[in-house]
Amino acid sequence: MATTGTPTDITQGSRTRGGIGESTLRPDGTLKVTGEFAYSSDMWHEDMLWGHTLRSTVAHAEIRSIDTAEALATPGVYAVLTYDDLPTDVKRYGLEFQDTPVLAHGKVRHHGEPVAIVAADHPETARRAAAKIRIDYADLPVVTDEASATAEGAPLVHEHRDDHHADHVSHPNIVHRQPIVRGDAAGAAERADVIVSGEYVFGMQDQAFLGPESGLAVPGEDGGVDLYVATQWLHSDLRQIAPVLGLPEDKVRMTLSGVGGAFGGREDLSMQIHACLLALRTGKPVKIVYNRFESFFGHVHRHPAKLWYEHGATRDGKLTHMKCRIVLDGGAYASASPAVVGNASSLSVGPYVVEDVDIEALALYTNNPPCGAMRGFGAVQACFAYEAQMDKLAAELGMDPVEFRRLNAMEQGTLLPTGQRVDSPAPVAELLRRVKARPMPPERQWLAAGEAADVRALPGGLSNTTHGEGVVRGVGYAVGIKNVGFSEGFDDYSTARVRMEVINGEPVATVHTAMAEVGQGGVTVHAQIARTELGVAQVTIQPADTRVGSAGSTSASRQTYVTGGAVKNTCEHVREKVLEMGRVKFGTYHPAWATAELLLESGKVVTDGGEVLADLVDVLEGESVDLELEWRHRPTQAFDLRTGQGNGHVQYSFAAHRAVVEVDTELGLVKVVELAVAQDVGKALNPLSVLGQIQGGTTQGLGVAVMEEILVDPKTAKVRNPSFTDYLIPTILDTPTIPVDVLELADEHAPYGLRGIGEAPTLSSTPAVLAAIRNATGLELNRTPVRPEHLTGT
Amino acid sequence: MRVNFTVNGRPQEADDVWEGESLLYVLRERMGLPGSKNACEQGECGSCTVRLDGLPVCACLVAAGQVEGRDVVTVEGLADFAKQRAEHGGCGPSGSAGTDGTSDPTGSATCGTSLQGAQRWQAKGTDSQTGEGGDLSPIQQAFIDAGAVQCGFCTPGLLVTADEMLERNPSPSDADIREALSGNLCRCTGYEKILDAVRLAAARQSEEV
Repeated sequence: MATTGTPTDITQGSRTRGGIGESTLRPDGTLKVTGEFAYSSDMWHEDMLWGHTLRSTVAHAEIRSIDTAEALATPGVYAVLTYDDLPTDVKRYGLEFQDTPVLAHGKVRHHGEPVAIVAADHPETARRAAAKIRIDYADLPVVTDEASATAEGAPLVHEHRDDHHADHVSHPNIVHRQPIVRGDAAGAAERADVIVSGEYVFGMQDQAFLGPESGLAVPGEDGGVDLYVATQWLHSDLRQIAPVLGLPEDKVRMTLSGVGGAFGGREDLSMQIHACLLALRTGKPVKIVYNRFESFFGHVHRHPAKLWYEHGATRDGKLTHMKCRIVLDGGAYASASPAVVGNASSLSVGPYVVEDVDIEALALYTNNPPCGAMRGFGAVQACFAYEAQMDKLAAELGMDPVEFRRLNAMEQGTLLPTGQRVDSPAPVAELLRRVKARPMPPERQWLAAGEAADVRALPGGLSNTTHGEGVVRGVGYAVGIKNVGFSEGFDDYSTARVRMEVINGEPVATVHTAMAEVGQGGVTVHAQIARTELGVAQVTIQPADTRVGSAGSTSASRQTYVTGGAVKNTCEHVREKVLEMGRVKFGTYHPAWATAELLLESGKVVTDGGEVLADLVDVLEGESVDLELEWRHRPTQAFDLRTGQGNGHVQYSFAAHRAVVEVDTELGLVKVVELAVAQDVGKALNPLSVLGQIQGGTTQGLGVAVMEEILVDPKTAKVRNPSFTDYLIPTILDTPTIPVDVLELADEHAPYGLRGIGEAPTLSSTPAVLAAIRNATGLELNRTPVRPEHLTGT
Repeated sequence: MRVNFTVNGRPQEADDVWEGESLLYVLRERMGLPGSKNACEQGECGSCTVRLDGLPVCACLVAAGQVEGRDVVTVEGLADFAKQRAEHGGCGPSGSAGTDGTSDPTGSATCGTSLQGAQRWQAKGTDSQTGEGGDLSPIQQAFIDAGAVQCGFCTPGLLVTADEMLERNPSPSDADIREALSGNLCRCTGYEKILDAVRLAAARQSEEV
């Protein structure tokens, strides 16, 4: 049916439904609630084998010999592989340094390092065969902290470093060091009326995503391999996997299977190469699924940190200077440590104006478990320390802690210690004002009128350890700053392919990216962007795989910004092509076709005044438009290695928290009563998903405040609690109500004005809870997580 | 060994089961029902919660041999199960049900599914390849509507647990909901939207009565 060309229909406000700004529902929601969504651990293939990884039982040791004969002779076992079986000269991989062995060779550097892999016809057969592998270890001394790692004659974790940071560090056990010097901290200190300093300790947190590392590798007839896996960045995995297998990248075909959470823990490889090696060796599909115990060894953790801070302030509450030293324990392999160092140092001042700073951040190589990316990425540890300092300063000056922060809050135009100007809204004072203005939760909620205490509302809960005696309340505040996107000059691009065509008489857009959907809701937002830009109701989201260009990592709060930006950009180009087709077909019918301001809305070509020019169905008629384009945000610069100066960051994100806690001072039990948040999101593309991100991030911050810590034996460097029995994450009983206040102050540099939001709530949540516990108990509490013995002095 | 039991209303038979296999492994790897999830296999996270003769249990802690002759409902059968319950009269508000959290496995509880009831239950066919064919149960729909699903790995276990709780306690307080779901870990949501979803399902349920 051809359009007549005369305007037939003046549509007012015909905005396409399901576009940005609406809380459209997840496209994968139905499959997820019916149990039919295929996660990486759900993969199945006829005739498949099960892979199992044998991991070191010691932290640092020479491997004298490995005997696999008995394991190989086990009925049902198809392959047992060690370092000697690796097919090429590329035997190491890594995100930044290629320092991680695919399988240990010569020595192991941390507890739980992969040494051998087994494929068998039943997972238990594979486990038992692995247990028969005999490894002769000769223990080596371990280094576990800065003192032991940099001591005279300390054993080197990596004797032969060939990475790009090797030449500028003062010791081979330092992965990377980033100083930042601006102004004159020593001189400014002389103007200070009060100076406070502190040493802070941040424990080792785990991402503890619920879907364990898993996947399926299927050997192809062309000698290649198909890999179905849960990851945060398909193309980064591919870049590391293919050289080890000795295959060109187009013969390692990766498809994202369902991801059960990530939080940074899937940036590094886990079972990917192992599954491919076993599949190529046996000629059969191989599935590997870690159990929870192994998962604690299968991915990196959040860097534990020691932080030394000094701040000064004048009597009227203005910060004079800041000096800090941040030491991050990177464990045995580099993972993302260099970038974490850059983040920790450049954001170490927090969202405050301080012109005179002397900053140093570094990451160590030790024999502890490797640490790398986790939600908040270096900014979390810094925020814990600088927020404790703000409270100390306010107390020293006799000021209200929120008022003191607001006096020193950064704004748009403030310079970071790197010399970079913050060129988008920075509503730090406003966020604090909002959490403070919120009404307080009622006191003593366990006492309903005239009834016995409901112990479920008390610290200790159903353990029935108190009916309110010994319980005190405290309130604490914190605010933080997080960068968005990959920094320091990294080429942080994404790719989107968009096709537009008519299917069954309806215009349909198909969006194909390699973005890892890890639960954040990117797939929801991509469909919303396509509806908004192309005016179609029907959007198909193709599964993520490596047949389309890289989308970069689902991390750094970047994916809605960067891959969302890529989808928007490709849609805009598709729209131009569609309009061009329209002009060719119908341009003579209406003068408005010659204007530039035409839109696609609700399946029609309309003027910006809402006048309908044509139906998309008629414009496209049997043809399709199909484009794949890369998109980049503004470029960034590396930080100067000596001074730390440089425009290193893309964007910032801000959140503030108010925590209200009740503490049973007799037993040291903490109940968080409420954790209120205010966050600027720039533009909420999907308000419901925004709330989910903010509440989820807040809860992970709560976890590391009061319970989450991987405990490593300082003598042996062995992990003591690799299970959900002993590594505790917050349950629904531990998690309070989390009211959220969302600000939308557009960042003009970002698509739709949006800000990346995933990490900011994880920063300030922890120090707010700590501040509230300090407020309740009067204790200093310079480490996190806080355990009962810290509160009872036992 | 061979194990015979009923899954989602259908009699099933699993052959060559090694004695050390869990019910979770049999469901996921031998029956093609991967909806029950494998997040910890230590009974700590609730991701594998199924109903065994009506009671919510962690399938990872049930040895396969223990389910011989018994009745299992997984998330894949939840929609049908809820539909049948609605058709045969749901559980009305009752004075004793809800907060005590106890349930009599012999089926004499005033509320909940009796063993006999569970054994008589038959699933209607659904096309499990596409996820189409069956309507969702109220709790499943509420999870989608409230935004309680992010990565979704905890969702099946939470749904089975929450559905059973609403069967016992149709108008739960927030404290009741938190107590009932305290064995189900979620790492993505901060639980707020999960609470919203259970409240939503309860509210919709009470509107229908």
